[in-house]
Amino acid sequence: MSLPDGRANGHADGSGGGLVGKPVARPNIRRLIHGRGRYTDDITVPHMLHVAFVRSPYGHARINGIDAAMAETSPGVVRIVTGAEVSEICKPMHAVAEHRPGHKSAVQHMLAVDHACYQGEPVAAVVATSRAEAEDAVDLVMVDWEELPAVMDMMEALAPDATPIHPELGDNLCYQHVTDTGDAATALAAAAFTVEHEFEFGRHTAVTLEGRAILAEWDPVEERLTVHQSHQSPYQMQDIYSRHLGIPEHKVRVITPDIGGGFGLKINVHGEEVAVVAIAKMMGRPVKYTADRLESFVADCQTRDHLNTATMGVDANGKITSMDYDNTLSVGPYTAYIRFGLAEGMMAITCAAAPYALTDYHARTRVAYVNKGIVGMFRGVGVPVGCTVTEVLVDQAAAKAGIDPVEFRRMNYHRDEDYPLTTVGGYAAKSMSLHRCLDACIDIMEYDALRNDQAQARENNVYRGVGVATFVEAAAFGPVYYGPSGARVSTQDGCTVKLEPSGVVRCMTSVTDQGQGTLTGIAQIVGDQLGIGMDDIDVISGDSSTTPYGGGAWASRGMAMGGEAALQAGKALKANILDLAASVLQTTPDTLTLGGGEIRDIATGEARMDLAEVAKVGYFRQDTLPAGVQPELMVTRHHVPNTPYYVANGIQGAQVEIDVETGFIKLLGWWMADDCGRVVNPLMVDEQIRGGIIQGIGNTLYEHSQYDENGQLMNATLADYLLPMAGEMPDIKIAHVETPLTSTELGANGIGESGTIGAIAVLWCAVNDALRPLGAQVTKQPFTPEHILDVIAQAGRGCHPSRLESPV
Amino acid sequence: MNEETIEIALTVNGEQVTHTVPVRRHLVDFLRLDLNLTGSHLACEHGVCGACTVRVDGVIARGCLMLAVQANGADVVTIEGLSASGEVADLQKEFETRNAAQCGFCTPGMVLTSAELLAQMTSGGGVPDREVIRDHLSGNLCRCTGYQAIVDAVEATARARAGITMGEGA
Repeated sequence: MSLPDGRANGHADGSGGGLVGKPVARPNIRRLIHGRGRYTDDITVPHMLHVAFVRSPYGHARINGIDAAMAETSPGVVRIVTGAEVSEICKPMHAVAEHRPGHKSAVQHMLAVDHACYQGEPVAAVVATSRAEAEDAVDLVMVDWEELPAVMDMMEALAPDATPIHPELGDNLCYQHVTDTGDAATALAAAAFTVEHEFEFGRHTAVTLEGRAILAEWDPVEERLTVHQSHQSPYQMQDIYSRHLGIPEHKVRVITPDIGGGFGLKINVHGEEVAVVAIAKMMGRPVKYTADRLESFVADCQTRDHLNTATMGVDANGKITSMDYDNTLSVGPYTAYIRFGLAEGMMAITCAAAPYALTDYHARTRVAYVNKGIVGMFRGVGVPVGCTVTEVLVDQAAAKAGIDPVEFRRMNYHRDEDYPLTTVGGYAAKSMSLHRCLDACIDIMEYDALRNDQAQARENNVYRGVGVATFVEAAAFGPVYYGPSGARVSTQDGCTVKLEPSGVVRCMTSVTDQGQGTLTGIAQIVGDQLGIGMDDIDVISGDSSTTPYGGGAWASRGMAMGGEAALQAGKALKANILDLAASVLQTTPDTLTLGGGEIRDIATGEARMDLAEVAKVGYFRQDTLPAGVQPELMVTRHHVPNTPYYVANGIQGAQVEIDVETGFIKLLGWWMADDCGRVVNPLMVDEQIRGGIIQGIGNTLYEHSQYDENGQLMNATLADYLLPMAGEMPDIKIAHVETPLTSTELGANGIGESGTIGAIAVLWCAVNDALRPLGAQVTKQPFTPEHILDVIAQAGRGCHPSRLESPV
Repeated sequence: MNEETIEIALTVNGEQVTHTVPVRRHLVDFLRLDLNLTGSHLACEHGVCGACTVRVDGVIARGCLMLAVQANGADVVTIEGLSASGEVADLQKEFETRNAAQCGFCTPGMVLTSAELLAQMTSGGGVPDREVIRDHLSGNLCRCTGYQAIVDAVEATARARAGITMGEGA
């Protein structure tokens, strides 16, 4: 793969290598394909107990007492642990984002003590010798419930007369924020025309195939905690177990084995998982818990659930001048600990309009507490919402101006010569490649042919739509963003690289890999630095006691941060190896380099000695070295970005067909042109894109966690909660525009969330494009057949598509 | 509830197994908890996702919808046994080179399900088109890959078995 900046594929200094940029297969995929993966629930240890939780059957209830007498006599039961007992030895959570003035959240116990605020909230644990026996006894724990009125509607929750879920907070407003850039009201009034639309994003959840799982072992003799957990950050959980349970941090070890899907869900802190650790400490025995599917639906952190209205102003030349954006979302009864669900709203209003050169912007987000599951992190965090709101308005503005939507975008993007710039929502962008990505996407999707096909289809009374959407992904969030929040979230990542005595290399990284291929990328980067192949490198990750401290996996940071740390560590080890080799060879290090597993003379390329020989001297024959030479064949480097985040961007295209009789949507084609900076491994990047897109399609067409007015989740099974399956999904064609970041030597940006963000926006655009001849536009996702038929029927009656309730 | 148990005898991955199991225990819990065969996964336990797919008497089955006692006398093959047999080594290689697995949790089920289609096609002598492959895999949920690489891997294996090379873009 050739890179636009002319740099060689291998070393940054061009001295050979060649793994970076190649579609290298993952060494760690084989065990998964052969059924040899080792997930948390696969691990069994002696004397192990199992936990099942007693959960609130109500959306909102007071707990007046718990009678465990009958459950305690159930076969296999060892103990019943109440929320109050957990809280005696485990500090509760209190999520307050210090960088968000006015943000408030109630204290959240790991298991509810006297107040349950969502259906499925854990209130007690049954500890038994098998999971089945623990589940049997759950039904025998008698909780004296007093059902309270549930606050389910976010607008009602924010009404002045609403009853606060937590009386101590005074009301149900978690947080609100207003962004003003320029003067949107004046600009909108002066616009040649405006477009306005309403957008509802249904609540959904992550649905990792592997449920959350944890195995906690407390050694009461050494007072040492070992936890195996299906989690994206062993470091974050080490910190939490240490602080909340009062265990010195160096006695806490968190291991994250194979993870059956993360998607952001498994960066969240779930109280019941911390409770499992507390129970293990109480019992002095290993305790395992795996969430089953029903528990995953009711008690996994959830996502989205936004209502939006937005208006865009355009001048007589077809230039977007202004935007007014009102966002409201609900985050359940608590702010997610450390990871702050309010970020959904902040990201939405920050990312909106990011590709476009408008000057006047007003936005507000309001975050409501309701009696639904807690909203935490999920792939995209609010960006799909802000992106969709923008792209749909852009399409509507283009239609009103009578300009092709692709041309309209080109007219309104930031110009390439205008960087660096700050977008109206507040993204600081050093550069973006919007125009090049648009060209690349239009090219692979054969846009003109699709428009011709659409026109022909219309003649045959077939409604096809073509969508093009621009996305901007702020990736790899750094300390400028998280530091001031007061949350102990590490925004740096580290890598240790060690030359083993036989000349092979072991890397220890703080980045974790749930299938993204990050560890493979790290091996490629280190391999190129040291001039060795994949077979000579092993990468270890996911153990808080043996790897460098860092963030783990979140915010599309694996390559951007962990990759750079690996590059710098590899480079430093290379320097040490060459220093040592120069001593042995009685030359200077600047005459030597590494390649093909050998120390080579730079001038001639001649192999002088191999890595095993250098390692042998370094580890076993120091007696042959000049006095004072200290071999250092293990090096650690960390990387922390000096910017709040890196900005990646791209375009997605989609072609759909709508059956206007049934409301069914068929996906005919999908395309994406992305710019994630330096592509370390195109195979992994492409598969991140494809998987992300399919998740975005699922979010937009099918997925919906539906609560009734009392707080009951009505579709908490995989039979009732629809997900994309192979039969309905399209093949996806991808093009890369590669602009290496200038902030790092590696130049890699984030890619993990781009597929999902852009897919949601482009599906709104494509469906609306198909419906436009009918005068209809969708207003809420998921786009159920019923919703499609509704908006068509309303348009036919001359009504505006179903209006959301007016903001309070 | 005191667990009623019963003794069952069956073949698992070619080995004769005799075990006393609770009558309520489903086949995958039996494989995982009693035989420590952890390659078969549980993700929904109500027969929707396919992560628990195993082969019973030559036909794939949802291991979570079948009780262990129903497998009395049966010939059960799990991903561990299928892998060891070498029957799908070519398919597994295609999964590897195309990155047709990410987290890998669905993968054992995907491999078992794909193997069945490939066996049907091999005996029929044809190569399934992509729609047929997608349809056949539609009972197996993958949350990571987006399916395309899996479809590619199955298609490439079918073509290789039929002696046809994959074309560009396939």
